[in-house]
Amino acid sequence: MSINSIIFYLIAAFIIGSALLAVTARKIFRAAIYLLFSMIGVAALYFWMSYEFIAAVQIIVYVGGIVVLIIFSIFLTHHVGSEMEKPNRLRMVFSGLAALCAFAFSFMVIAKNEFVPSGGAPLPLTVERIGMQMLSTTEHGYILPFEVVSMLLLAAMVGCIVIALKQPEGQIQR
Amino acid sequence: MEVGLTHILFLSTALFFIGVYGFLTRRNTITMLMAIELLLNSVNINFIAFNKYLYGGKLEGVFFTLFLIAIAAAEAAVAIAIIINFYRNYKSIDVEDADSLKW
Repeated sequence: MSINSIIFYLIAAFIIGSALLAVTARKIFRAAIYLLFSMIGVAALYFWMSYEFIAAVQIIVYVGGIVVLIIFSIFLTHHVGSEMEKPNRLRMVFSGLAALCAFAFSFMVIAKNEFVPSGGAPLPLTVERIGMQMLSTTEHGYILPFEVVSMLLLAAMVGCIVIALKQPEGQIQR
Repeated sequence: MEVGLTHILFLSTALFFIGVYGFLTRRNTITMLMAIELLLNSVNINFIAFNKYLYGGKLEGVFFTLFLIAIAAAEAAVAIAIIINFYRNYKSIDVEDADSLKW
């Protein structure tokens, strides 16, 4: 076994272990921290595949943005340190069985399928290539989705402000 | 055995179904949101792995991943705004308490 595969198995164990802890931890703050480690593991996997730019984006957006946002909302809505109530045992058993069966099914499908490479010689992923293709207006350019995503982000920002705005007393309808 | 595309797909499948398990068992909206983030991450791993091992000369998987990350960020922000508004009105973020739209 080469050092490359050993590193892959270490990263995989790290991702799976922290993801499992993130969905089973009883303390919500710990669950958020385990989620953070899982995201860092995914970024490490991108580094392992030598997609450095994607790894950097993953760290900036997920680790630096989304997880921090989640932690802030935990601080706003929870007493830190209090434990969540245990989920229903029946629900736990059935959810686990459903997830396990679906995993086994997908596992079999993936193991049977033969993947045929069809994209020519692999090129190194440089930021220059990404930028040129993302902003190109010719064929295979991604300028339209780029602009649409910018509109989406603007709409999400305005929407968040409107939703989270404090309503005056007496306007809340139950 | 050399690590190939199949191994990475197994990893992302496992991550996806861990997220599904968390989404089904948790009854707290913030932890459910965390499970959804795990699902989105496993999809991103799939896109990158396919791009690297099957379409090495192209960038389509990279673009899908970048757009997915942007959409996931927008989704998380809107979800947290809704959760905070819900908490302000009901003093709880349990999904069982969100029943005022039930007939």
